[in-house]
Amino acid sequence: MSDIAPWNHTVAQAVIDALKDREGAALPILHALQECFGYIDEAAVPLVAEALNLSRAEVHGVLSFYHDFRRTPDPRRRIQLCRAEACQSLGCETLVQHAAVHHGVTPQGRGSVRLETVYCLGLCAQGPAALVDGAPVARLDAGRLSALINGAPVEAVLAGEEA
Amino acid sequence: MSIRVFIPRDASALAMGADAVAGQIKTEAEARGLAIEIIRTGSRGMAWLEPLVEVEGANGTRFGYGPVAPRDVKGLFDAFFLAGGVHALGVGPVEELPWFRAQQRLTFGRCGRIDPFSIHEYRAAGGLRGLDAALAMRPEAIVEAVTQSGLRGRGGAGFPAGIKWKTVLGAAASQKYIVCNADEGDSGTFADRMLMEGDPFTLIEGMTIAGLAVGATKGYVYIRSEYPHAFAAMERAIEVARSAGVLGPCVLGSPHAFDIEARLGAGAYICGEETALLESLEGKRGVVRAKPPLPALQGLFGKPTVVNNVLTFAAVPFILSEGAKAYADYGMGRSRGTLPVQLGGNVKRGGLIELAFGVTLRQIIAEFGGGTRSGRPIRAVQVGGPLGAYLPSHQLDVALDYEALAAIGAMLGHGGIVVFDDSVDMAKQAKFAFEFCAAESCGKCTPCRIGAVRGAEALESAIKGEKRAENLALVADLCTLMRDASLCAHGGLTPNPVESALRHFPEDFGARAALAAE
Ligand SMILES: Cc1cc2nc3c(=O)[nH]c(=O)nc-3n(C[C@H](O)[C@H](O)[C@H](O)COP(=O)(O)O)c2cc1C
Ligand code: SF4
Ligand code: FES
Repeated sequence: MSDIAPWNHTVAQAVIDALKDREGAALPILHALQECFGYIDEAAVPLVAEALNLSRAEVHGVLSFYHDFRRTPDPRRRIQLCRAEACQSLGCETLVQHAAVHHGVTPQGRGSVRLETVYCLGLCAQGPAALVDGAPVARLDAGRLSALINGAPVEAVLAGEEA
Repeated sequence: MSIRVFIPRDASALAMGADAVAGQIKTEAEARGLAIEIIRTGSRGMAWLEPLVEVEGANGTRFGYGPVAPRDVKGLFDAFFLAGGVHALGVGPVEELPWFRAQQRLTFGRCGRIDPFSIHEYRAAGGLRGLDAALAMRPEAIVEAVTQSGLRGRGGAGFPAGIKWKTVLGAAASQKYIVCNADEGDSGTFADRMLMEGDPFTLIEGMTIAGLAVGATKGYVYIRSEYPHAFAAMERAIEVARSAGVLGPCVLGSPHAFDIEARLGAGAYICGEETALLESLEGKRGVVRAKPPLPALQGLFGKPTVVNNVLTFAAVPFILSEGAKAYADYGMGRSRGTLPVQLGGNVKRGGLIELAFGVTLRQIIAEFGGGTRSGRPIRAVQVGGPLGAYLPSHQLDVALDYEALAAIGAMLGHGGIVVFDDSVDMAKQAKFAFEFCAAESCGKCTPCRIGAVRGAEALESAIKGEKRAENLALVADLCTLMRDASLCAHGGLTPNPVESALRHFPEDFGARAALAAE
C-alpha cells in the first residue's frame, strides 16, 4: 500500500496525543499508529507508555496479545484468507496448498504477498472468502487467488477479467 | 421523476463486485439519457443473488435482478429492467419471493430496503418509534417490557436480557455503561455484520433504549477488525444520529443524555467473551476475568455495565414499539421471538433467514438452502460456531430452540449453521477445533491453554493410526478436563465439536489406518 508513511517520531506523538484522552485509549492509539506507518515501531512503545501512564512491559503485553499488531513493516499486498469452518467446507485449505505449490506463498510469511490466516470474515455463505488490502472478495478459487497473488486489481478479479 | 435503483453495499455484495456494477449502471444510464437515482443499501440476505440490484416500480414494488456482473448491465438496460422488464437475471418482486415471504423479519425488516444512513428513511420505515415509546416510560417499565418479551441474549448463552438490565438498573453508581458485543467471531455467522452495515440505526436505537432503561449515558460498540466495513458504517451512522439529535446530551429533545462510540478489536476471538471484551475496551490484553463479579455490577472500568449482543439490542426497538406480547407471540417454549439464522458453508442458497424459533434445521437447509452447493449429499452440519457440535444428517429434524438443541448435546450459539458435504473429513474438523481453541486461547487457565494443544497432537497421532486406542482415550480425558475445569466457555465448549465428531463419525478417526497397520 502506498499511503504509508515512514516512521516519524513527531507524527507518532501527534497521533498519540489526539487519542490519549479517550477511555481505554490503548487499542485506538495502536490502531492509529499502525494505520499511519503500516506497523508499530519499537520506538512507539515508550511514547504510548508515557501517554497512558503504563509501563513499557504493559504496552508490549498488549501489542503481543492481539494478532493484528505488526512489529515490522511489510509493504507486500495483504491477503487475509479465511480458514474457518464455513470456508473449510468450500475448500479453503486447497487454496492454501495452491498458494504454496504454485506461488511459494505461505501463511507463515513466505512469498510475494502477505498471506494471513483469519477466522471468518462474515462472508460464510459465499466462501472461500478473503480481504485483499481491506477489500472483500468472495467465491475464491485457484484462478482468482493466483490472479490476486500476481497483483491483479481486485475489481478486475471480481469482474471475472483476471484470466 | 427519476427511477430509484437500489444496489447493496454490504460486504457480501462488495465481495461480488457491487461497486463496479453500480458504476456501470450509472454510466449506462447517463449514456442513454435516463434519469435514475442510485441508492446504496444493506443486503436482503440472499447471498447467492449478490449483487442483487432492485428497481422500484410505480407502486413501490421492488423488482430484483441478480447476481449482476458489470458485463450484464448493458443487457439489463436493453431488456428495460428500469421498467421491471424480463431478463434472465430477473427474480421478480423481491418481497414476493417464497424465500423471503416465509420469514418473519422483525429485526431485519428494514435491512436492504432503506438507505442505512438516512435517519429520515429510517423514521419513515417505522424507526425510532421504540425510542419514542421508551422516552415516555419509566426505566422500570422499559426493563419490564424487555423481560415480558422473553428476549434472550443472542450472543450465545441465551441469558434473559430483562434480568441483566434489571441488575444494572438496581446498581447504584455514578456512571454506568452499555456495551454492544459486535465481535461476532463464530464461523458461519454474519447477522451482526449485516445489521451494522444495513440498518445501523436499529442498533443505535436499541442501545439508547438500554441506556434509558438502566440509567447509562455512554455506550460502546466493540467491532472485530475483520469487519472494516461494519466499523465504518457504525461510525458514520453514529455521526448521523448525533447530528439528528438521536444521540447526544438531549436524546430526541428529552432531558436524557446518551452517546455511543465504536471501537475496533484487534484480531482476538476471545475478545467476544464479555469479560475479555471489557478488558480489551479498557485497553488491556483480552484476558478473561473470573466471575463473579458480574459485569452487570462491576463491568467496564468497574462500573455497572449491560453487555449484550448486536441482535439482542436490535430486537429491542420492536419490543418497545409493538409491545412485549407482539414479540413473545413468536417462538416456542422458552425461546421467544425470532432468530436471525445464518446459513452458510456448502449450501446452494445461503444467507440470512429470520424466523420464529422452532423451525427445524432440515427445513432451513433443504427449503431455504436448497441443499449443498456441490450437489453432493450432506454429511455434517455444525451449529453455533466453532464451539458448537457437529450433527449428522439423521439429527437434522431438531428444532432451532435453545432447549431442544441442548437436549441433543448441541447449542444454538449465535445462530450460525454451516453445512458440509460428504467430502468432509471429520477427524480434520475435530483436530481443527482443538487447534482453533489453542490459537485463540487467552492463556489464563491450563486446561484450555495446554489441553487444546495436547488434544490436537493426540488426534493427529490417532488419525495416523499410532496407538489409536490410547490416543483416543487421552482425547476423551482431555475433553472431560476441559469441560469441567476451564475458566470460560472457550475451553469449556471446545469438547462439543470434538466429541460430537467422534461420536457420530468414528469411521474417520484412523480406523482405516489402524486396520492397515494390523
Ligand atoms: C469464547 C467466547 C466467544 C464469544 N464470542 C461472542 C461474540 O463474538 N459475540 C457475542 O455477542 N457474544 C459472544 N460470546 C458471549 C459473551 O460472553 C456474552 O455472553 C454475550 O456478549 C452477552 O450478550 P447477550 O446476552 O446479548 O448474548 C462469547 C463467549 C465466549 C465464551
Ligand atoms: S478457557 Fe481458555 S480462553 Fe477461557 S479463560 Fe481459560 S485459557 Fe482463557
Ligand atoms: S467462515 Fe469464512 S467467511 Fe465466515
